[in-house]
Amino acid sequence: MGNNIDKSKIRRIVATDCGSTTTKAILIEKQNDEYRLVTRGEAPTTVEAPVEDVTKGVINAVTELEELRGIKILDNEEFIKDYSEEKGIDLYISTSSAGGGLQMMVAGVVKSMTAESAARAALGAGAIVMDTIANNDGRKPYQKIQRIRNLRPDMILLSGGVNGGTIKHVVELGEIIGAADPRPRLGSSYNLPVIFAGNQDAIPEIKKILEKKVALDITENLRPTLEKEDLMPSRLKIQAQFLEHVMAQAPGYKKLMAMTDVDIMPTPGAVGQIMETIADINKIEVVGVDIGGATTDVFSVFDNPDEEGKTVFNRTVSANLGMSYSISNVVSEAGLENVLRWIPFGMNEAELRNKVKNKMIRPTTIPHLLEELMFEQAVAREALRRSFEQHKALAVGLKGVQKQRTVSDVFSQEDLHTSLVNMLNLDMLIGSGGVLSHAPRRNQSAMMLIDAFLPEGFTTLTVDSIFMMPQLGVLAEVHPEAATQVFEKDCLIYLGTCIAPVGTTKYEKKCMDYTVTYSDGKTAEGEVRFGDMKVVPLAVGEKAKVKVNPAKGFDMGDGAGNSVEKEVTGGTVGLIFDARGRRPFSVPETEEERISFLKKWYTEMNLYPGYEK
Amino acid sequence: MAHAYTPGLKVAPRTLVKKERRLPLKGNITVKKGDKVTSDTVVARTELPGNVTPMNIVNTLSITPEELDEVMFKKEGDKVEKGEMMAQTKGFFGYFKSAVNAPVSGTIESISEVTGQVIIRQAPIPVEMKAYIDGVIDEIMPEEGVILGSEAAFIQGIFGIGGETEGELKFVADDISAVLDENKIDDSLKGKIIVGGSLVKKEAIDKAVKCGVKGIICGGIDAQDLKEVLGYDIGVAITGHEEIGLTVVVTEGFGQINMAQKTFELLKENEGKKASINGATQIRAGVMRPEIIITLNVPDDLNSVKINESSEAGGMNKGDSLRVIRGNHFGEIVEVTDLPVELTVVDSETKVRVVEVQLGSGEKLLLPRANVETIEK
Repeated sequence: MGNNIDKSKIRRIVATDCGSTTTKAILIEKQNDEYRLVTRGEAPTTVEAPVEDVTKGVINAVTELEELRGIKILDNEEFIKDYSEEKGIDLYISTSSAGGGLQMMVAGVVKSMTAESAARAALGAGAIVMDTIANNDGRKPYQKIQRIRNLRPDMILLSGGVNGGTIKHVVELGEIIGAADPRPRLGSSYNLPVIFAGNQDAIPEIKKILEKKVALDITENLRPTLEKEDLMPSRLKIQAQFLEHVMAQAPGYKKLMAMTDVDIMPTPGAVGQIMETIADINKIEVVGVDIGGATTDVFSVFDNPDEEGKTVFNRTVSANLGMSYSISNVVSEAGLENVLRWIPFGMNEAELRNKVKNKMIRPTTIPHLLEELMFEQAVAREALRRSFEQHKALAVGLKGVQKQRTVSDVFSQEDLHTSLVNMLNLDMLIGSGGVLSHAPRRNQSAMMLIDAFLPEGFTTLTVDSIFMMPQLGVLAEVHPEAATQVFEKDCLIYLGTCIAPVGTTKYEKKCMDYTVTYSDGKTAEGEVRFGDMKVVPLAVGEKAKVKVNPAKGFDMGDGAGNSVEKEVTGGTVGLIFDARGRRPFSVPETEEERISFLKKWYTEMNLYPGYEK
Repeated sequence: MAHAYTPGLKVAPRTLVKKERRLPLKGNITVKKGDKVTSDTVVARTELPGNVTPMNIVNTLSITPEELDEVMFKKEGDKVEKGEMMAQTKGFFGYFKSAVNAPVSGTIESISEVTGQVIIRQAPIPVEMKAYIDGVIDEIMPEEGVILGSEAAFIQGIFGIGGETEGELKFVADDISAVLDENKIDDSLKGKIIVGGSLVKKEAIDKAVKCGVKGIICGGIDAQDLKEVLGYDIGVAITGHEEIGLTVVVTEGFGQINMAQKTFELLKENEGKKASINGATQIRAGVMRPEIIITLNVPDDLNSVKINESSEAGGMNKGDSLRVIRGNHFGEIVEVTDLPVELTVVDSETKVRVVEVQLGSGEKLLLPRANVETIEK
């Protein structure tokens, strides 16, 4: 659909994101050859009783846009497609995660090979992976069948085997799915979509087993050879099936599909799209995170170590790490002691456990007291840290590929399948979601990102101001230029640049010295000792050259002890020199020392000035 | 702010309660419109597809998949009895034969000549749907289920564990602040749903299970006690499937919190009557809270029931009673004294809509509107 649109004629765009609770609309207009966000509106999502029609929420949100902008966009609940100064739009697009998003189950022959590739394809398409089934996952066939029947996914992705290889194992998986006779989660009037993306020689057998039981769809093998992973055909099939089968069951979606000018995308799929576009256009490596009430999504775009000039995109979703519905799970997974290590005073643990559970059952409450805010931000650090760990574990090179090892590899004992996430190469960290986008102070958002992700070398820190990345993601499909202009100018808030050498030593010993050369030629110099943080102001929009001389044993990306100079971007916080050490980073162990260091960091970062104890 | 107030939980002395009883798969309805039923009446029945047992005969007999056809005595669609021989090799001059017997009774669903796998499906599993409350059948959804209803007292809790159950309401607390410990529980409470005050202790739950108590209703429960009762920590509030031997409905929250006076009094008024309770809680899209239903009257026709309910449920006005749901005054019932329009910066520096309230002590304070809930009538 999107290919027929004449980009040069687009002057006004409406984009909506239909979330589980809120439908958010944004209005973008072309002003002086540049696309800018003009206004935004929101309304409750209307997929549940009594309304049961998603378009009602969309119309309410768009009506708010009309009122705020003072123009007419709708006529009799339909978009006016005849543009003039006072009315009409040229393009309407939408994303959706209403009804809990897309929940999938994936299957592959070998857990660490085809099954892992299948999981990456599903996650990349914007799904939550409920379970991964593999021939060698240690479960008995009847246990797998029971699991498929109990989970009731929206869709299954079946992969396995390389083209030309044996078909036995993947056919066995097909038999297990067939025997489970899986029913879809929503509605009982249609068959469950199953996408086959395995050994192409197995297609006739797979058809024989599954065609009568499920809505079978066949696509290219996502692992045609051991050395190659080809996820795009599966990703596109998943999104197509999502529209055709899953979303079509949700109330009002058929109507919404008819209203949009391009296909509706699952929200996280769209966020991934904008991340890829930004990384591609600016030639940078990016990590993005969206921390919600129930789940946390992490996205990354890094250079492909095996293919020069190509990048690798990965997305993971931590289904039960979030700040309200799942807060209790964060505390139980991370351990209360790990949360409390960020708090510079003692708290009653039994009372805290009750408070965490009370937030879980009343998820819309907000931190009223400063101590409550500090505790929630400590929980956020742990939720982000764990989500990122899960991401690093999945964003790895292909397993099962034979690699030549040199003598030095043998001695280094390094795992050849290390994560693609290389923090020293990372250029930009993007945070979004309530706890990051709406923190009372931007400094708090910056500190949460630093403590959770531990950026290394030079890293630009940003947050999404109002979470419009989903809408910009679909827009990037149709009009990448408009999407990036709005993204840079109106969506991103620059917090500043984190400068953190890799290494560790004793507290109080020198870690680095630096020279900042501002655009007006003025300079600032200083030294940072190990265990300290230092903030040097550099305003939003300003650039400066920063030369860092790391102490012996510390690496800024050019080898231990070597100076590195780089142009950096300012922000609401400025330049943050973080000399607390990396690999490993640790908070001091003794209670007294820990509290004293936390207070020093928080004062330097001006995090909680109202807190005095 | 998307949430100016939290709609709150319903505590209704007399209301029209309707319940949809839907089968997991299509089946037969065993009642008709207008039938009066009790909570244990079966209203619908169906059969779930039987469990399947996969077995790899090729591996067991050490043959190739192509040979499978020669050794199988049964074909797809055939019935087998547990222990019945399904396949046998020819052996060597009639000797050294190997055989495979059916591990379960059922029907052969498939025989694969690619993988050598044979799948047996067992008999269907019958499922019966009970009425759950005393009431009159109001609507039949052909093959799917029924809607029934009655005039009842209806109370929503905030969190619960365990599924649907029923029993006679019995108080074991003298007031809203009473702590329910094991000393208050004995064999005379068998089959009852007991009501405590501000806190139920783990030991009390353990003893209640031993004594055959069917359910516990209480103001609060300690998070640590809940973890010990279940044997694991609840990370996400999706409950109802726990099988600890009884159902627990918590009306206020975690920790020791006095049960709301209104809830306590309403339950007290109905002591001795039959209550249907369900601990199932789901706090995500499609919110589900635990509930207590006490049928007061089963009318001939639900349409004839006239209930005067406040239409302002969920709104917030001066003089209204609210429950504080966060911070130092958690669980206290306060009165609205003012509703300032402008956004206010609170202690955490968050800018929010607030409400001015008066505590029981007479002290006035400002609270974020997101941190109070109305008590629905």
